[in-house]
Amino acid sequence: MTESSAAEPVDYIAETRATYDTLGYPPYQWVKNEGTPPWTPVRVPLREAKLALAASGGIYQRGQHAFHFKDDASFRVIDTSVSCDDLRITHFAYDLTDARADPNVVFPLDPLRALVEAGELGSIAPEAFTFMGGIYSARKVREELAPALVERIVDQRPDIALLVPV
Amino acid sequence: MTSALSITRSVAPPRAAFLDFPLGHTTGKKNQPEMQLNLMRQALAGFEEIDEPGTIRFLAERWSEDESWRQNAMAGGGSKKEESSDDSRTPRLDTPQYQYPADRDEAERLHHQGACGSCVGAE
Repeated sequence: MTESSAAEPVDYIAETRATYDTLGYPPYQWVKNEGTPPWTPVRVPLREAKLALAASGGIYQRGQHAFHFKDDASFRVIDTSVSCDDLRITHFAYDLTDARADPNVVFPLDPLRALVEAGELGSIAPEAFTFMGGIYSARKVREELAPALVERIVDQRPDIALLVPV
Repeated sequence: MTSALSITRSVAPPRAAFLDFPLGHTTGKKNQPEMQLNLMRQALAGFEEIDEPGTIRFLAERWSEDESWRQNAMAGGGSKKEESSDDSRTPRLDTPQYQYPADRDEAERLHHQGACGSCVGAE
């Protein structure tokens, strides 16, 4: 455990480095993107916007294959009209107790549907995409998973995309 | 949305909303639909209000008055485990890890005739 004052955000990069040091492993190579992030202006107000959702918390739907824990770069397509009772969670890197009790803490379909119902958000794209965080190989994510997800997300012609990592 | 500030700063997405909650609660607390709705409303407002690439908007909600969850944040903010030099991380199994055994039966039954098309890269 690294020292930090009580109210500072937890530095998970430092925490992971400390864990790896303790175990005698070389430091994990976190993705570091330099320069100004890419920028696309949002061209419609939220109340008209179609939102695409992607989440890395290991969410799958009853009837789908679950994820495994070793560099699993597969993804699941979730119908965004699904009942949250049919969602399941599996992941190796966080405490699943609350997410299994209420998937909305890592896959916020109900709040998004409520915003659509209230007229504050235009719509939710019909397909959401879920995968495992904790894929050790950044190369695998960059070259395989991310391009596949981008293609599927763009296919739905959303105005905005919400990413929910864990 | 994110609850891991240092990682998000390193990845540098165009826009982000940071919620200072334990891992596994990126978009709120369980079974608190009003809180979840308000957090989502604040996060999505960033699409209309953020105009500088790389901005991370801090959401004001606090997990608890007591800040002790931070001491065991890697494990979800529960009770603190004994310090140990052993590798306590979950084994990286390469077989599907179903939440319920019945999920496995259902998945195998539904995939018996072939790919479902929604398990991309896993069939």
